[in-house]
Parts: sequence; C-alpha cells; structure tokens
Amino acid sequence: MYPSRFDYDSPATLEEAIAILDEGGGEAKVMAGGQSLIPMLRLRFASPERVVDINGIPNLEYHRIDPDGTLRIGALCRHEDLEFSTIIADTFPTLAGAAHLVSDPIIRTRGTFVGSLCHADPQGDWSATMIALGGKIVVQGPQGRREIEAKDFVLGPFVTAMAFNEIAVEAVVPPAKGKALGGYLKLERRVGDFATASVAVALDMDGDTVTRAGCAMAGVGGQTIDANEAISVLQGKTLSVENIEAAAVAVAAVADPRTDHRGSSDYKRHIVETFVNRVLTSVANSEKKVAVA
Amino acid sequence: MSSLYDVIPPAPPKGVSTRRTTINVNGTSQTLDVEPRLLLADLLRQALQLTGTHKGCDTSNCGACTVLFDGRPAKSCTMLAVQADGHSVETVEGLANASELHPIQEGFKQEHGLQCGYCTPGMMMTAKALLERNPDPTEDEVRWALSGNLCRCTGYQNIVKSVLWAAKKMREQDQEA
Repeated sequence: MYPSRFDYDSPATLEEAIAILDEGGGEAKVMAGGQSLIPMLRLRFASPERVVDINGIPNLEYHRIDPDGTLRIGALCRHEDLEFSTIIADTFPTLAGAAHLVSDPIIRTRGTFVGSLCHADPQGDWSATMIALGGKIVVQGPQGRREIEAKDFVLGPFVTAMAFNEIAVEAVVPPAKGKALGGYLKLERRVGDFATASVAVALDMDGDTVTRAGCAMAGVGGQTIDANEAISVLQGKTLSVENIEAAAVAVAAVADPRTDHRGSSDYKRHIVETFVNRVLTSVANSEKKVAVA
Repeated sequence: MSSLYDVIPPAPPKGVSTRRTTINVNGTSQTLDVEPRLLLADLLRQALQLTGTHKGCDTSNCGACTVLFDGRPAKSCTMLAVQADGHSVETVEGLANASELHPIQEGFKQEHGLQCGYCTPGMMMTAKALLERNPDPTEDEVRWALSGNLCRCTGYQNIVKSVLWAAKKMREQDQEA
C-alpha cells in the first residue's frame, strides 16, 4: 500500500532538524535508516504530516571507543557498520553477538542502531543489548542535550521517553569494569523475522569473578524485559555450574511470554533459560577471562 | 499485486508538492520532480521504465526489489525516491548491455540459478555487492549474504552455485587483466 501524503525535509544540521520537529508540534517524524518507518508508513500504521530525513546531517555515522573505554554510536551508524566493526568484536561481545542477527543483511545496510532503539519495538534486538550493558541514549532538543538510561528509554510498545521535538543523537555504552564478556542469542523462525525469544547477557569480569552482570530479553513480554536484577545473583560470584543454573532460572522467572504463533509461553520461557545458560557456560569455558588492569 | 496500489503516477496531480530529485541511475543522471511518498522501486519501474527491479512482497521481506544504493544493497521498496537525490543507484539493467552478460548473469545461466525468475534481479544485485567486498566467498558466506533475498522455487541450491561460479569467473578475469 502507499503511504499517506507527507511533506519531506532533509535538513543539513541537527539544529535545523530540531526546529522542524518543534514547529511540527508532534506531527513530524524523524527518519534515519527508515527500515521500520517506511514499512509502517506503507501499512499506514503511521501517517505523520512531515518526515524529517536526517541522512543528510554530517558526522553522525560514527561508532568509536573513547580512551576511557566508553563506546559511542552515532545516530546514523548502520547495523552493518557494527556487524563488520573491528573495534567492538572483543570489547563489546554482547553487541557483536547481536549485530549479525538484526533483521537481514540488506536491511542492515540501511537501518541504524539508534533508530532501532527509537522505534521501540518490543521485539527489537538492540534495546535488549543496551539495557543489559547499562547504556544510555543522548537526546537533543531545543533546550540542548540530555541523557536517558536505556532501561528508562522505552515507555511501552513504540513509545519512548523522548519529547516530540527531541532527536536521539548518540547511544553510549559505559566501559566494562574488568573484562567485558557475554553474548546475544536469538531464536527466529527465519532470517529477518522478529525474535521468538532472545536474550542479551553482558558480564564484566575480574579473573573468574563477575563484577557486574546485566541481562535483558526481547520477544517474551509486552516490551523489552529488564532482567538486570534477576541476573545480579551472579554479582561477586564465579561462573560455577550451580551459579549459572541459578541465574538462568532467575532470569526465566521474570520473562513474561505469551502463547502465540511463534510458540507457547512455556516454550519461550524454556528457551530463555536455555539461552542464559548457554551464554554463561560459553563465557565460563572461554579463555578470555583475563582482567584488564 | 493489485494495480490499484501501483498507480501513484510519477507526475503527481496539481497542488501536490514535489521535490526535484537528481539520481545517477546506472551511470546516467536523471532529474525528476517526485512526490515524497513515491518509493524508489516505483520511481525505477514507472518513471524510468526499469522494470527489471521487481516488487515481490511490498512488506520489506523478500528482497526482489534490491538495488545497489551507492554500491550497497538496499531494498528499493523501503526507500523513498527523494532519498536518492544526489546518490547513485544501480539496477539489474546496469549489470551489462543487451549483447553480453555480466559474469553473475552468466553464472545464473550456467548453474540454472533461476526457475520463475522473479527473485533473480534482487539475488544478482546482492551477489554483486557481496563479490565486490569478498571476491572469494565460501558457500556459507554466500548463503549468509543472500539470506535477505527470498526464493520460493529453487531451494537456493543453484543460486548459491551460480554466485560461486560467478566469483570464480570474476577472479579469473581479474587475473587476466
């Protein structure tokens, strides 16, 4: 189907884009990669009066690691930039694990990391990784910039904590306390489908001891489920078989899956438990658990 | 696909605002006034009559409409035509002229990489982008790269063989050159 008519702007600066949003009074919509927005326009789930295309704004394509270890991902960093990134493979394995599982390879050339967070789909992959990693989203509006914790960013399906005149300009992931380990596992019926269930696990480790544990899930609730508290049973502990099992059970207990065409509630909960177990076991068996001084 | 959904005319009715858009399509610069909601796939098919780009699903799933946008594969049904202003687009028509075949097209012929042919243009454009990045892919890498292009006929086996055939041919051509 064809989108409803809309006006189109391609501003050259963030300030200009924000001014257009401000003027639009909630009827203007930002487009980055457009890989979720354009399908929604076509299905007329969304019919904004104005589309503000930010692809012409320079210097937003980056992803980089600051000297202190903080990862910064700009608003126009595409999924495939992270998939083929040489800098996140060792330093942010949770993100690296998800990068090649987001939608399909063609969508990944256009779709953006930050745009995916803003789309706030309950089954989105990146929201889960950001919550597990304790990340933040930097948003800019007429009043300047502010940071929103990833766990507070999404208020409900397709609804974020951003005001109508704000643009998400950057995602920020804090440096690991020790060595960053973890991963992302996703069950999908076919490439490009949404997650039947997926789990993001992010661990900071000092030798054999877990200094911070983070976890979030997609596809098993009305929105991305923050399981950071559940997995905190690992805090200060080693990844023994018993501790791993306890963490997997604790995480599965906070999943809230519904029975649908992708599987029964019990099945999805079982997948969550299995995935947490699998990521933690692979971390326990890896030889990379060397503390960074 | 009902034709009702395909009748956004390239020249919109009076009073509808348009945007002047200049796109390099297969090496030729084209300037058109387009309505912002016109999809890139429809601009190619209707305004430029480049009907080699197919629309298969209209839901961003199938990849039949894949073109190269500044050299990277993109689903042209999931881009606005106005977004291509100042950019280059390559469609299946740009692979070779009528009297010869591109090695990828030759590969699909040699290895019988198509049955109904509907997905083929998208498959070939995705394959072209893959081989530009990775001239010597493994079978797994080919399957991975093509995982956003759906085919309901072949079971993919011969498509993968076709791309591997083309990769070999293109490497040989490079060595000769």
